Amino acid sequence: MSNDAATTAMPQPVDSPRPEAPAHGLGASLPAADTRAKSEGTFPYASDLWAEGLLWAALLRSPHPHARIVSVDTSAAVEMPGVHAVITHQDIPGDGAYGRRIADRPVFASEIVRHHGEAIAAVAADHPDTARLAAAAIAVEYEVLDPVTDPEKAFAAEPLHPDGNLIRHIPLRYGDPDATGEVIVEGLYRIGRQDPAPIGAEAGLAVPRPDGGVELYVASTDPHTDRDLAASCFGLEPERVKVVVTGVPGATGDREDPGFQLPLGLLALRTGCPVKLAATREESFLGHAHRHPTLLRYRHHADAEGHLVKVEAQLLLDAGAYADASSESLAAAVAFACGPYVVPHAHIEGWAVRTNNPPSGHVRGEGAMQVCAAYEAQMDKLAAKLGLDQTEIRLRNVLATGDILPTGQTVTCPAPVAELLEAVRDFPLPPLPKDSPEDDWLLPGGPEGAGEPGAVRRGVGYALGMVHMLGAEGTDEVSTATVKVHDGVATVICAAVETGSGFTTLARQIVQETLGLDDVRVASVDTDQPPAGPAAHGRHTWVSGGAVERAAKMVRTQLLQPLAHKFGMSTELLQITDGKITSYDGVLSTTVTEAMDGKELWATAQCRPHPTEPLDESGQGDAFVGLAFCAIRAVVDVDIELGSVRVVEMAVAQDVGRVLNPAQLATRIEAGVTQGVGAALTENLRTARGVIRHPDLTGYALPTALDAPDIRIVKLVEERDVVAPFGAKPASAAPVVTSPAAVASAVRAATGRPINRLPIRPQAAVAVPNS
Amino acid sequence: MTTHAPRTAQSVTLPASLDEAVAALSAMPAAVPVAGGTDLMAAVNKGQLRPAGLVGLGRISEIRGWRYQDGHALLGAGLTHARMGRPDFAALIPALAASARAAGPPQIRNAGTLGGNIASSAPTGDSLPVLAALEADLVIAGPGGARREIPVSHLLAGREMLGPAELIGFVRVPLLHAPQVFLKATGRTGPGRATASVALVLDPARRGVRCAVGAIAPMPLRPLEAERWIGSLIDWDGERGLEGEALTAFGEYVAAACIPDPAPAPEGEEQPVLSPAVLHLRRTVAALARRALGRALS
Repeated sequence: MSNDAATTAMPQPVDSPRPEAPAHGLGASLPAADTRAKSEGTFPYASDLWAEGLLWAALLRSPHPHARIVSVDTSAAVEMPGVHAVITHQDIPGDGAYGRRIADRPVFASEIVRHHGEAIAAVAADHPDTARLAAAAIAVEYEVLDPVTDPEKAFAAEPLHPDGNLIRHIPLRYGDPDATGEVIVEGLYRIGRQDPAPIGAEAGLAVPRPDGGVELYVASTDPHTDRDLAASCFGLEPERVKVVVTGVPGATGDREDPGFQLPLGLLALRTGCPVKLAATREESFLGHAHRHPTLLRYRHHADAEGHLVKVEAQLLLDAGAYADASSESLAAAVAFACGPYVVPHAHIEGWAVRTNNPPSGHVRGEGAMQVCAAYEAQMDKLAAKLGLDQTEIRLRNVLATGDILPTGQTVTCPAPVAELLEAVRDFPLPPLPKDSPEDDWLLPGGPEGAGEPGAVRRGVGYALGMVHMLGAEGTDEVSTATVKVHDGVATVICAAVETGSGFTTLARQIVQETLGLDDVRVASVDTDQPPAGPAAHGRHTWVSGGAVERAAKMVRTQLLQPLAHKFGMSTELLQITDGKITSYDGVLSTTVTEAMDGKELWATAQCRPHPTEPLDESGQGDAFVGLAFCAIRAVVDVDIELGSVRVVEMAVAQDVGRVLNPAQLATRIEAGVTQGVGAALTENLRTARGVIRHPDLTGYALPTALDAPDIRIVKLVEERDVVAPFGAKPASAAPVVTSPAAVASAVRAATGRPINRLPIRPQAAVAVPNS
Repeated sequence: MTTHAPRTAQSVTLPASLDEAVAALSAMPAAVPVAGGTDLMAAVNKGQLRPAGLVGLGRISEIRGWRYQDGHALLGAGLTHARMGRPDFAALIPALAASARAAGPPQIRNAGTLGGNIASSAPTGDSLPVLAALEADLVIAGPGGARREIPVSHLLAGREMLGPAELIGFVRVPLLHAPQVFLKATGRTGPGRATASVALVLDPARRGVRCAVGAIAPMPLRPLEAERWIGSLIDWDGERGLEGEALTAFGEYVAAACIPDPAPAPEGEEQPVLSPAVLHLRRTVAALARRALGRALS
């Protein structure tokens, strides 16, 4: 992805950013503290961990998506020289089932295998190859069963799990069920299986403690939940299990699969030795959760002027074998099924069902991204049927603050949807190649591809997306942070994991802003600290950032109170800049060091946003703390004979509340758009009867620098959300949600084909003659 | 603690000449020759291959370049894709240079070699359809300084195999002094494996067009009838240009030859039809062949 998108596009927005960006504090483009270590290769990732005398772990995984385990014979593995332990479900001292939300997933399959790659046993040996060979030497007798791979057949199929095949059903009813419109459009849409494909595969080290406990060094994004899962699996009190977060090599979902961490800890406890596991890319694809493949059936009703009357939709999410985050994903899919539009009547039915496909879970923008691709396709269809412009049909229906969502929740936060759409619509289109012949034209298919200019058609498409922020439906979203100041250095202690989302940078900026100190450090994370919750739904920007701000303010008061007392004025009349404390009139002044007088100041604070409620039996309820919106205009070139697509440009306008770090915000948006382009064009983890095909980065095509389009950040609408700390909205998920729909809309415009399936296959983008 | 670990490579030899490499392989038949290692090391990392020994071919300077030999170029098997992609090579054998530039990301092109591409014989090997269209021969080095030549297509089809301790030393490619085209369809803009590729070369001396289609079958396919038909239409002494209809017909001819219709069903049974994915592949081959011929004749 090109960096020049950030530098060249940022000065162009209609709302140009503040003329002089500060060097530190909020609004500064403070670089991340770990940038240098990461670029020089010295940043310690989990796969770099080492301990004296460590053993290597390997997992035995099922080659079948659905089978009954008749017998497991570990004797051959146990007898191999160099093998220290072989464990199966019988060796779990505590709870044999786990799950971040619902404990429905076995650590080791014991009777039934429910997906390809499910773990059955684990080995610890003195060499990684020995461990792998020993795992392969475990003899498992399977009675292969027919896999249920079609989610539509899951309803009637034999239960795959004691909990049944239906994980959740939400029948949302809003308004008059019998309302009809003069114009009706229908569509059936399919969204593929995107993988978060973290650039570093899963890895970790478990170290037994002398007290019988264990320490897990893993790249967890939710250390306290992982600690609790581990303690319950190991049969230990939570105090005797410590999760230490190591360098996270990128995360766009639940980064670590506890399915790795739990066997690792069990092996360390069993052998008394440190045990390390570094997953191969193949294991990584087999083990962690993917985005829910989704089948969507839509019927939109509108009046003759193009105002939406009613939306009917049926959404079917393929959860794979275990529940994981399916319930939340389904809630988001159902709640946002109509998109950021005013819809007077809605009837949305959503189901999340169990199959023998690879497990689905939290990947950013889950639920919202799948429905966005479908409702925006419907808006395109409606525009075509009514003869309206793509943007006009959307502008006639856009949501604004004060409107009501189909869940009955009133939109109280800023919702500048129309402004966003107008911004991308009015942004100049990129020049056609014939207008700038001096530039090399990168054709679809790439620089050495088969593209032929005469067969290339350009298409322009639009999409509006929405996403919720923070956990939904009554989740207790709380974070705790501590700020310490000593010797002119402030330290932030907060168990919010830096996943690459920029939280540590933001925490430093918040403390700089509040305390006027430049030197701010962020402590590394472990579970001895109070919980800060999972890194998901932008919650750390909001709740952990809010907790850091409160703690910093408390430290500020402690620092200034004695001075204020001495000067006979309130602390609000004193300000700290560059390590100096001055009164409002500049008469009194002292340095921070002097005021500290060698003391250490500590404060701990919590941030807990206002509560939400679950969706009720008709899909109604105030389920979301906040919403964020995004508009994207995609420009694509399609070789209409080969069906190859190149995304030329993505123009983004986003509702961000407030820009806290312009450079970091730009990279988050670019990363989100690129992930969305991947979902639109190439990213689909394919299966054949439940077996994952090509679990590698050659078969699973992530966007490369050549696939990533120019990303123009046209406008960042800064309407502060009054309930959020600093008024800022998390920014990563909204472009992921919106981009695939925008690309599909543009390909539709270029080819005249319906494009009802993502990723877009080449044969779907061929303009077939005689059609 | 035991020292048991699976046998990793016990010996690595780095011979300086082709004959030394052959001798090293004769001395240790279980050893595996390695050039760029782009396929071999991936297999090792996946645990599919655990070679007892390696014979590294990277220091054999005689196979890292090329030389002329009676109207042919004798290409060293150790030529990297990056080297073949450079302009001086492209002036010599344009289609091979184009296929080398299209083969994977720069890291792979810097390491992967021509000989390795042939030895791996992956269906998606980008140089293979070009070598098939050029009707290249392989010079195979064997024990005792022996050299034998086989057509590249014989090796790819499995008609003749490499014997024990034999190595691909050189590839003999005719210098045709005429336009050549290599076109590759992939699913993305960035580097990717071919879904279909077409290599097309003109041979004015023999008044022929030779074409090979890659990636759609285990080995490159030659539509010989289509080649002969289009070769007879071209005015070799004149403009060489063809009408659009002829180009289109050639594309469809090539595609139908490589992806034929299903055989007619016996009486009373339902006639099988090609799946939409296969039909798309056929359309892709037709478009590639048409474009390739158009570019070669323009």
